[in-house]
Amino acid sequence: MLRLSPLHLHQPRDLAQAVALLAEHGPQARLIAGGTDVLPSLKLGQTQAGVLVSLRRVPELLGIDLQDGQLRIGAGTRLAEIATDADVLAHLPALAHAASRVASPQIRNMGTLGGNLCLDTRCRFINQSDLWREALGGCLKSHGSECHVVPGGQNCVAALSSDTAPVLIAYGATLELLGPQGTRELALVDLYGADGRHHVLLQPGEVLVAVRVPLPGPGTRVAYRKWAVRKSIDFPLVSVAVRLDVAAGRLTGGTLAAGALNPRPRVLDLAKWAGRAVDADLAAELGQFAFDRCRPLPNVPYDAEYRRERLAVEVRRAVLELGVIPS
Amino acid sequence: MSHRPVVRISCTINGVAREFKAPPMRRLIDVLRDDLGLMGTKEGCGEGECGACSILLGGEPVNSCLVPAIQAQGADITTIEGIGSPGLRHAVQQAFLDHGSAQCGICTPGMVITAAWMVEKKLPADEVARTLAGNLCRCTGYSAIIEAVQAAIVAAQGSRG
Ligand SMILES: Cc1cc2nc3c(=O)[nH]c(=O)nc-3n(C[C@H](O)[C@H](O)[C@H](O)COP(=O)(O)OP(=O)(O)OC[C@H]3O[C@@H](n4cnc5c(N)ncnc54)[C@H](O)[C@@H]3O)c2cc1C
Ligand code: SF4
Ligand code: FES
Ligand code: FES
Repeated sequence: MLRLSPLHLHQPRDLAQAVALLAEHGPQARLIAGGTDVLPSLKLGQTQAGVLVSLRRVPELLGIDLQDGQLRIGAGTRLAEIATDADVLAHLPALAHAASRVASPQIRNMGTLGGNLCLDTRCRFINQSDLWREALGGCLKSHGSECHVVPGGQNCVAALSSDTAPVLIAYGATLELLGPQGTRELALVDLYGADGRHHVLLQPGEVLVAVRVPLPGPGTRVAYRKWAVRKSIDFPLVSVAVRLDVAAGRLTGGTLAAGALNPRPRVLDLAKWAGRAVDADLAAELGQFAFDRCRPLPNVPYDAEYRRERLAVEVRRAVLELGVIPS
Repeated sequence: MSHRPVVRISCTINGVAREFKAPPMRRLIDVLRDDLGLMGTKEGCGEGECGACSILLGGEPVNSCLVPAIQAQGADITTIEGIGSPGLRHAVQQAFLDHGSAQCGICTPGMVITAAWMVEKKLPADEVARTLAGNLCRCTGYSAIIEAVQAAIVAAQGSRG
């Protein structure tokens, strides 16, 4: 059993204090919300921190509110609440479903939405003990100089394994951020960068405060599909959210957001299928489209070619799922 | 990190007010087992995978191997020692006995904690398997456990009318 080395922890009482603590401690400070990602990775020595700043007692991060045609979800809201909240179920059912597919009830009772979106990237060469990694000479993400997934590559290509990111991108979510320079808004799709070492593009000292999702119109439906070896606990090895906008039985637009590929989700516009009916032909074509445009890497477990074919299947099933809903 | 401040933490454990001192990032499982002598909670993986360390924090199951001690501050905690008593078994414990649901027993405290929460929440019996998804068992093959929890839910609902 690997032990967690002792760390100093601050418990700010409000958001202003949290931001001030991050500014005071600089790069050695690390936010901890539910801790279900950051604690295991600190233990395995995948990340380092001198000081932890806990968000557990920051009231401004809590709550789910319907306001001005949007659903605003505090970053500190636990996944268990999101999976069962009446407003989320009524307006963003695919988000409730994605949250309910994360890990296990125990982890959803601790893990937060903010932590899920800011989840570290995963790779079979990094989610290992220090000793294991040293035997390989490390990699770009852990005091080494070579990536074992893409030899010679300049960027770490570990996978974003958040279950809620693809679905929230498909819903067109934006983020409320607060940092030393004040507040700013950012489209969720722009949160992620291409390098798995620093894929979360928050500025130093910035806190994710809330996620805002515009309420989908009557013709908009989103489906989320996840594949992993076990039906629970496991991170997704294939994950995809499909959004279809339909009017009078015909597609007017759509988005496909695939996770578990690279450090950022692959987002594809489906506008060129406008005018089509949502039927089995469309489902097959969009599956093929995902297959052509997404290339799973051997970064997470399971054969990359299998995951590519599986992605096409999951996209097809997502479209069929959406097709049975009248619009 | 030689500087290890210790904080005083007050909480309720199994209905009794407790106070202890611990470094804020000490794992709650270590506080429970090593500092407070509540050895019923087991450690399997230490990484959030297996659920052997499940306890109720604020009435809901969490993995105590991933909970820093500081989060116990002011909290209401139930460990397996707080479920039933040797003279008066909880419906879940009785059902585990009736159905032969324990083999090596390492997963059992965590299973019973999650199951007791399901009974409390009056969960429908057909959600048992899905809700036990965070509790792994390497011995039983699960059917005896699932049957026991379903029986306990039915028994509890019957006795409450
Ligand atoms: C066994 C196991 C299985 C898992 N399975 C899944 C799975 O299937 N799907 C999945 O998506 N995840 C999974 N996870 C990962 C994790 O539990 C969840 O993603 C959870 O939602 C993380 O939330 P947290 O609050 O615990 O994050 P923490 O661990 O507290 O934080 C994660 C990261 O986010 C940062 N952060 C947290 N909150 C904020 C904020 N408000 N602003 C800025 N940065 C912030 C932290 O600094 C840290 O870098 C699993 C974890 C374990 C241990
Ligand atoms: S993708 Fe490459 S650099 Fe990144 S963690 Fe995996 S092996 Fe390391
Ligand atoms: S010991 Fe805590 S989940 Fe396995
Ligand atoms: S009885 Fe042995 S692990 Fe479940």
